[in-house]
Amino acid sequence: MARVARRIVHGLLLLAGVSVFAFALLSAAPGNFFDELRLNPQVSPETVAALKIQYGMDRPLPVRYLRWVASVARGQFGYSLSYHCTVGSLLWLRARNTLLLTGFATLLAWMVALPWGVLEALHRGGWVDRMGGAVTAVLLAIPDVLLGLLLLLFAARTGWFPTGGMASVDAASAAFLGRLQDAALHLFLPVVALALGTIPILVRHVRSAMVGVLDSPFVEAARGHGIPKWRLIYRHALPAATNSLISQLGFSIGALLSMSLLMEVVLSWPGLGPLVLEAILARDVYVVIAAVMLSSVFLVIGNLVADLLLYWSDPRIRAVSP
Amino acid sequence: MNKRRRTIFVVTLLAALHLFVIFPGFFAPYDYSAQERELPFAPPSPLHFVDAAGDFHSRPFVYSWKERPDSRGAYEEDRTQMFKVRLFAMGSPYVVVGPWTSRLHLFGVAAPGRIFLFGTDDFGRDEFSRMLYGGRISLFAGLLGAAVALFAGSALGVVSGYYGKWVDAVVMRLVELFLALPWLYLLFAVRAVLPLRIKTTDAFLLLVGVVGLVGWARPARLLRGIVLSAKERNFVLAARAMGASDLHILRRHVLPQTYGTMLTIAALLVPQFILAEVTLSFLGLGVGEPMPSWGNLLAELQKYSVLTSYWWMYLPAIALVVLFLAYQWTSAKLQEKVAVVNT
Repeated sequence: MARVARRIVHGLLLLAGVSVFAFALLSAAPGNFFDELRLNPQVSPETVAALKIQYGMDRPLPVRYLRWVASVARGQFGYSLSYHCTVGSLLWLRARNTLLLTGFATLLAWMVALPWGVLEALHRGGWVDRMGGAVTAVLLAIPDVLLGLLLLLFAARTGWFPTGGMASVDAASAAFLGRLQDAALHLFLPVVALALGTIPILVRHVRSAMVGVLDSPFVEAARGHGIPKWRLIYRHALPAATNSLISQLGFSIGALLSMSLLMEVVLSWPGLGPLVLEAILARDVYVVIAAVMLSSVFLVIGNLVADLLLYWSDPRIRAVSP
Repeated sequence: MNKRRRTIFVVTLLAALHLFVIFPGFFAPYDYSAQERELPFAPPSPLHFVDAAGDFHSRPFVYSWKERPDSRGAYEEDRTQMFKVRLFAMGSPYVVVGPWTSRLHLFGVAAPGRIFLFGTDDFGRDEFSRMLYGGRISLFAGLLGAAVALFAGSALGVVSGYYGKWVDAVVMRLVELFLALPWLYLLFAVRAVLPLRIKTTDAFLLLVGVVGLVGWARPARLLRGIVLSAKERNFVLAARAMGASDLHILRRHVLPQTYGTMLTIAALLVPQFILAEVTLSFLGLGVGEPMPSWGNLLAELQKYSVLTSYWWMYLPAIALVVLFLAYQWTSAKLQEKVAVVNT
């Protein structure tokens, strides 16, 4: 458990570093929310000055940072200047949607990539491998933007799926099952877009991990003992490959969150993406900082989970660091 | 032989793509901002060889578009007058490099006629010309961004690998911080600092800076690893024993061992950074109108009617896919080569 504690401390330090970095960076910004407000002829300079004092924006940077930390401790994450409410209240709903999206996408991506990668590794050099490799190469070369747009086009052309949002207008009045179906329909395209974006990288990792294991002497020995092919793969080879795959799960979270941000904007999913974009355009500093922080929190938690999984799955790690 | 031929093909393709976008003025028939307000969203002009009378012409020609009388926004070819496509035609002036301007275009048609190889956008601007000019922005943002990231990253990586101790510790913590953050959030955070409305040249330079700033961590980590093993090589130790200065050892013995890796990283970074530019401009945070970039050309597709009705507006994305495939392939080949050399 010392290992877990150390990891948590590491994560907290990372978060502290990110917060200082983000805060310093965004406070150094040449324009701020009040500059934009000052351009508005209906707002008098006195009002702007009063607002500045009310929100504590006239204080020196360290004071603002400490006040912000106190606000984070209360779960408020500062105050959104353009939405006129605490950032926390804005963020939780959006964060839930983003998590929903990325969670399902990860699940789908692994469900596709795992058998695909294993299949490629088994038929190394054969036509299955070459075809699979070509498909992943093309998928990898397609920009995420295009992927999202093509799915949007698909939705628009067929009319099978809604082209944005999270629920239909009349969904609230429907029965539970109807609401569930509606949500699933809205979730489908963003999830597919995100999964398609992550699958090629995952497939490559699964393939190389499996190739490494299939070449090792113990698999050769097991094969020599006449263990059936599928039992060999699922009982012997795959567990040995999980180690690097779990690490990959941890690493891929950052990329997944980035891609999710973009896909949410393209496919109008009400997650963190559209919120952050609007916040940047409105110079709503605290929302941007909070989103960056939140993404780092997801990342730290994700890596922690991956680490725990590793600890659970690999006896060697348990032996080294009890 | 087959493999060799494929290598030649990919390298030629990459060189051609770069050449196209380095000299967009010459390859594009029109300026990126030249408008033809009468012809919004005109489809690509078909090249004809056989005229209305059924006669064959060895020189291809185009007809001009005119709006169909029965429906607005739909076009048909005006078959009364044909315009022959001429190579090395004189057209609107453009800047080649610095003060050097020219009027010579690779191809064009005589005055009232118009040739739209890839159709037009909502202002009737030639999509082909805009793609070439846009490629200049996107590709240069990628190349310069990669140069900045590689320079900063390798300087920090080499120093931290070579000197170790606290420098190494500090740099590696920073690397972890930058690698841990989701890159788009980081890009957003850095972009949020910069003023919203800026001149296009400034926007471009800022983009390069932002992208480079965000991307230095990966090359730094990779090069640190190389330097760590490189500085323990026998000839490096021998040079040190003979009293060579740190600078000399770095320049003559350590750095040359990293060149192969640097090249491989560059081939990996360029497409990533092009993608970063495309993403930012797509979201309206990068290069803005009227200057095209592949990102803001694609942003047009966010409009529903464009998305569903005008297929030629997808062409910048196709160019991106081709470019990425070529880069991917090149970096894979380089990786194989470097792996062979290092063993």
